[in-house]
Amino acid sequence: MEKFTKIQGVAAPMPLVNIDTDMIIPKVFLKSIQRTGFGKNLFDEMRYNRDGTEIEDFVLNKPQYRNAEILIAGDNFGCGSSREHAPWAIADFGIKCIVSTSFADIFFNNSFKNGILPIVLPQEQVDILMADAEKGENARMTVDLEAQEITTSDGDVIKFDVDPFKKHCLLNGLDDIGLTLEKADSIKTFEAKAAQERPWV
Amino acid sequence: MSPKTLYDKIWDAHVAHEAEDGTCLLYIDRHLVHEVTSPQAFEGLRMAGRKVHAPEKTIAVPDHNVPTTLDRAKGIENEESRIQVEALDKNAKEFGVHYYPVDDVRQGIVHIVGPEQGWTLPGMTVVCGDSHTATHGAFGALAHGIGTSEVEHVLATQTLIQKKSKNMKVEITGKLKPGVTAKDITLAVIGETGTAGGTGYVIEYCGEAIRDLSMEGRMTVCNMAIEGGARAGLIAPDETTFEYVKGRPHAPKGAQWEAALNWWKTLYTDEGAHFDKVITLKAEDIQPVVTWGTSPEDVLPITGVVPHPEDFTGGKVEAARRSIEYMGLTPGQKLTDIEIDTVFIGSCTNGRIEDLRAVADVVRGKKIKEGLRAMIVPGSGLVRAQAEEEGLAEIFEAAGFEWRLAGCSMCLAMNPDQLAPGERCAATSNRNFEGRQGYKGRTHLVSPAMAAAAALTGKLTDVRELM
Ligand code: SF4
Repeated sequence: MEKFTKIQGVAAPMPLVNIDTDMIIPKVFLKSIQRTGFGKNLFDEMRYNRDGTEIEDFVLNKPQYRNAEILIAGDNFGCGSSREHAPWAIADFGIKCIVSTSFADIFFNNSFKNGILPIVLPQEQVDILMADAEKGENARMTVDLEAQEITTSDGDVIKFDVDPFKKHCLLNGLDDIGLTLEKADSIKTFEAKAAQERPWV
Repeated sequence: MSPKTLYDKIWDAHVAHEAEDGTCLLYIDRHLVHEVTSPQAFEGLRMAGRKVHAPEKTIAVPDHNVPTTLDRAKGIENEESRIQVEALDKNAKEFGVHYYPVDDVRQGIVHIVGPEQGWTLPGMTVVCGDSHTATHGAFGALAHGIGTSEVEHVLATQTLIQKKSKNMKVEITGKLKPGVTAKDITLAVIGETGTAGGTGYVIEYCGEAIRDLSMEGRMTVCNMAIEGGARAGLIAPDETTFEYVKGRPHAPKGAQWEAALNWWKTLYTDEGAHFDKVITLKAEDIQPVVTWGTSPEDVLPITGVVPHPEDFTGGKVEAARRSIEYMGLTPGQKLTDIEIDTVFIGSCTNGRIEDLRAVADVVRGKKIKEGLRAMIVPGSGLVRAQAEEEGLAEIFEAAGFEWRLAGCSMCLAMNPDQLAPGERCAATSNRNFEGRQGYKGRTHLVSPAMAAAAALTGKLTDVRELM
């Protein structure tokens, strides 16, 4: 996995609440058996007309947000299905960090596994960042994972929380499976005990 | 010992390792796999030279992409769908997991097949790369959806890296009125809590109305715990559960059955155990409901009217405006005046035998509205066979329904069963998101009985008026 340490980039505002995984990547694109190439279809139905032309006023189609690396979103971002295609599409597009007041549980977990940092902040702080994002291209924000700080284009600093284990994995680009296999003995011990206690499983 | 919730008990029985910061390795008893979220996981194993840690605890079945038309033995026309199903055929064989291929009568929606075959048992941990894994919570199993990276993690290690969620209790007191079903309960709860109300929690559903439900009804309730944002939904196992499980192909037998039963009977929330959040609804207050918008929280009793965006606050005002426009509705319009083009009965929410019986009870001897498209897609080949044996299929066909083979079908429209732009559907599935059932398609979520009523009249209809 790619490491996430610090990014400085454009943030795109998406104030809509309940942005679901069908909006992020409609199911017609779930048929691939690869992990890459989903970025061009991120937010497909909001982003393109049926004939494939772009819908001009969709935020990521506006010139100032085409290279956005940060998304400031409304409540309950990523609700819906467990499809990891959603964070794959987001990462493939180039977005590395999403800020909202809340995220759906599975989406939240999936993001970390794909080098994306989802940040939960209270409404007032999301509002500040949303207003900053509205300013467009020149308003570059900085997200510093090590320091757990977002710096707005005006230099205001907003602190955020992150699970220490997830932070460690993101900072170092660590693969979960490798880490877990280091605990193979614990798993074996558990299995032996469970086989005694619940042999029917 | 301090009193524990049901969730606490199952959790504690499955922690294989706990780090200092509370991050746990949770041992997984059953891993269910389908064709959409698994190819990249199997590929990951192959690339790393890893094998499946416990193939005997891993069950695979294709469901999302499979055609449900009677001629599906011909094969899958859409190339990408076919490739996904073929990839699962190949991966299941190569990695040696249990498999129900398309032509097996036991094939069906993964969340229907698991319980039906006795793979899902009380007190287990069950995961699947699918958010509706919550369904299995009906057995008092801790069951939740995971992403593809986690699918790979479970395949490789039979564990999941997890932190414990908080406990939430949803109690439904009293008895349901006639015409009100498990689907109405679960939608009413989401209407109450919102789609983010359960975020961070595992819900335990309890109360008289829940106890009174069959296993089928309990599965419907737990299925939509995810639409309420919860990680999982649980119902404590009881005689209804044991009765359902007994004799299933992979349920324990003989002395093992007795041992299992002894443990299962300890799986309930202790008196005085702590819940971080409690919601109580009275069953008598729940009416047959429908969704009017594009979020499962957009729930109203069928007797209601389409709301005004200004009825809401915050970001929901804009979301409601967008929903109403997308759905082609007018604020103030009576819900029962909404005409529909299509009825879809099926999915892991409502594709079980009891759901089909409820539909048959409404449409027996009647005809669906002329020109309406109406399909019934059983949740598994065995549900289909049983419906045929009970004579339900004849009732459906005589009424004018298409009677399909098992699969996810129009629940998410990955196969050819899709809505056309602007087409309006009364559906027994679980998601009414924009485009869920087809590009620009419009979905109203309802119970099977309400879907049957809508099929007869061609409008959203209060089923109580037909009873
Ligand atoms: S029936 Fe629908 S919700 Fe259930 S598993 Fe299939 S696609 Fe998902």
